[in-house]
Amino acid sequence: MDWGQIFVISITAMVGSTTIIYALAALGLNIQFGYTGLLNFGQAGFAAIGAYSVAVVTATLGQSLWLSIFIGLIGAVIFGLILGIPTLRLRADYLAIVTIAAAEVIRQTVRSVSLNEYFGGSDGITGKYAREFYSFNPFDQAISWGPIQFNSAQASWITVVGWVLIGLIVLLTWLLVRSPWGRVVKSIREDENASRSLGKNVYFYKMQALILGGVVGSLAGIYWAIDAQSVQPDNYSSRFTFFAYTILILGGAARVFGPVVGSIIFWFILVFIGESLTQLVATGIIPDTILRSDQIGQVRFMLVGLALMLLIVYRPQGIFGDKRELALDDR
Amino acid sequence: MIKRVRVALLALLIAPLLSLSPAVAQDAPSGPAITGTLESPGGEGLAGVSITVEGNGFSETVTSNEAGEWQVILPDTGAYQVTLDVSTLPEGISLTSEDRAVTSATVISRERPKRIGFPLVEGDAPAAVGGGGTIGGAGFWGQAAQLTVDGLAFGLVIALGAVGLSLVYGTTKLVNFAHGELLALGGLLAYFFSVLVGLPILVAIPVAVLASAFLGGYVQNLVVWKPLRKRGTGLTALLVVSIGLALFLQYLFLFLFGGRTRILPGFAGQAGINIGPIAVTPRDMIAAVGAVVLLALTFWWLGKTQSGKATRAVADNPALASASGINVEKVITTVWVIAAGLGGYAGIMFALSNGVSWQLGVQLLLLIFAGVILGGLGTATGALIGSLIVGVFIQLSVLFIPSELKYVGALVVLIIVLLVRPQGILGRKERVG
Repeated sequence: MDWGQIFVISITAMVGSTTIIYALAALGLNIQFGYTGLLNFGQAGFAAIGAYSVAVVTATLGQSLWLSIFIGLIGAVIFGLILGIPTLRLRADYLAIVTIAAAEVIRQTVRSVSLNEYFGGSDGITGKYAREFYSFNPFDQAISWGPIQFNSAQASWITVVGWVLIGLIVLLTWLLVRSPWGRVVKSIREDENASRSLGKNVYFYKMQALILGGVVGSLAGIYWAIDAQSVQPDNYSSRFTFFAYTILILGGAARVFGPVVGSIIFWFILVFIGESLTQLVATGIIPDTILRSDQIGQVRFMLVGLALMLLIVYRPQGIFGDKRELALDDR
Repeated sequence: MIKRVRVALLALLIAPLLSLSPAVAQDAPSGPAITGTLESPGGEGLAGVSITVEGNGFSETVTSNEAGEWQVILPDTGAYQVTLDVSTLPEGISLTSEDRAVTSATVISRERPKRIGFPLVEGDAPAAVGGGGTIGGAGFWGQAAQLTVDGLAFGLVIALGAVGLSLVYGTTKLVNFAHGELLALGGLLAYFFSVLVGLPILVAIPVAVLASAFLGGYVQNLVVWKPLRKRGTGLTALLVVSIGLALFLQYLFLFLFGGRTRILPGFAGQAGINIGPIAVTPRDMIAAVGAVVLLALTFWWLGKTQSGKATRAVADNPALASASGINVEKVITTVWVIAAGLGGYAGIMFALSNGVSWQLGVQLLLLIFAGVILGGLGTATGALIGSLIVGVFIQLSVLFIPSELKYVGALVVLIIVLLVRPQGILGRKERVG
């Protein structure tokens, strides 16, 4: 057992790109679910739109990366409109079902064999299509800071950009929820009919929140596509959304920093458990008959499911949330 | 040592089934094709076995390669008959029974080859009982008729899930995202009882249905949902809990069961019986009759019996029902048991023709939702009709779109239905927001 190595890997994961991707997705959900009370279970769909816009526009169509990012963001706005128009007038559970179905429609469409030439089927699209972004890389070697070690100069650059992006979105969220707009969406979350009776166009505000959160979600996908320089359809299954929800509720919904802190803790714990179990199995402390090395991932996912259930029941406000802020009730 | 022997015996028992499950990825053929892999129960590829594919005026015989793989490129989609030449099988390997040498295959997709498996065992098989059937008619209308029948059968699977989901929603207002796992549980239990315990399939299925009604209904309600109702947990929180539960159960199934798709024994690869242009296997007919009987019993229970009336009263107004002396908790327990039993049978019915894997629930959950919403959330009759429509729609859509996109089509329709008629076909016209 090499505890030092386990800790270095886990702590590096805390600031790594996976943490950033899920923090972005959860920041989007925070605007939708945390502040406005919308049950968007299709965040994976928004992320997939962002990621595939980048990959398809650059790799398949040979256009500029910056154009592809723009298309990804516009795509998220359109997707939000398509989902919102039929469902935002209905009860919250309809939005949940439609968003999860729409995300699945996107995933199955991009992974289909018949559209292989555009989306690359189940293998997705891989290529050096983010060259334009990495040409701005100011680092000529990998940076390391205390126990945190990055693999390459490229990884250092994308990580720094990611945290700057998170900082900007956190700032934007903070400004928004303190504004009159923020007070209206919070009042919709608390009592939709009350804000309607005060003359607020509830439908309109909900739509804005859905689209705004969706655009942030598509940024998660765009970031992922640039970071990995590859998109795979099955990364955008409903598991992505469920992880983002667990992160949001863990950190504390309706808290500006909740998703960021949630993502850091979530990935630290998940990587720590994974690495520890891997070493315990490899060194034979846990015998093969109880746990094989290929089952470690499954155990981790079971723990995520369990954590989501226990959190929402016993501590719906998460670690840093305020219970008064988020009285989850009939919506 | 004894454990080793037991494991080896188990492996022997499972091995013939594994040979049926989709194995290696092959190069995608150009145009429609039928393909398969012949493996000995020990997992070795069987070379030199000759296989004949006939139908629509086409006939070709191929022999399997070193890895046991074979493939026939077809001139067009349609119904074909696949015959394995038993005399070319290696020494000591035979089919589970001689009549399994002939299988009918309906090829729909132009992109994805149709996989055909033959159940192989070591040693000699019992003598043949009968020959294979003839080929069903092809052509657009022939296919449409065939697909409608397939769609109704698939619709019954969805309906069994949807009626259960609807009943639970009606009485508890829980939108249960873990409902798909009830179907997976049924399929897995059927596999467990038939293959691992070794019960004959016709005994294993009722046992599995009862077991999933108990585990998935009674136990699940007792352990998860009843305490949460007592706590007064809100409906949104319950919805999130059901998602956590679904995630947990899926990976628990994967952990216990592994990632392979397993075929249920007994009925695999039957030759079809032809009725006009339609070919139906006896297996599918028996399964569909079972589904109809279960649904009829459920509706009879809901409409005519005392506890069914109590259920409708609770669905209408739980507080009033409780005040008039109905034991609401007892009603909810009954509903959970029935929903889990129906869901379990749905999973088994799906597994009989498609095999069972840990992802069975995820595959079907959204289609169940589509059926429920199409019919109108909360009405059992609506769920039934909506599901049948979804099933037929999905199967018929492969006449026009690639079959891999057929579920996508159904989900798009779901979104469109919500746009124009959110209360569904049978839902009462009321404000749902």
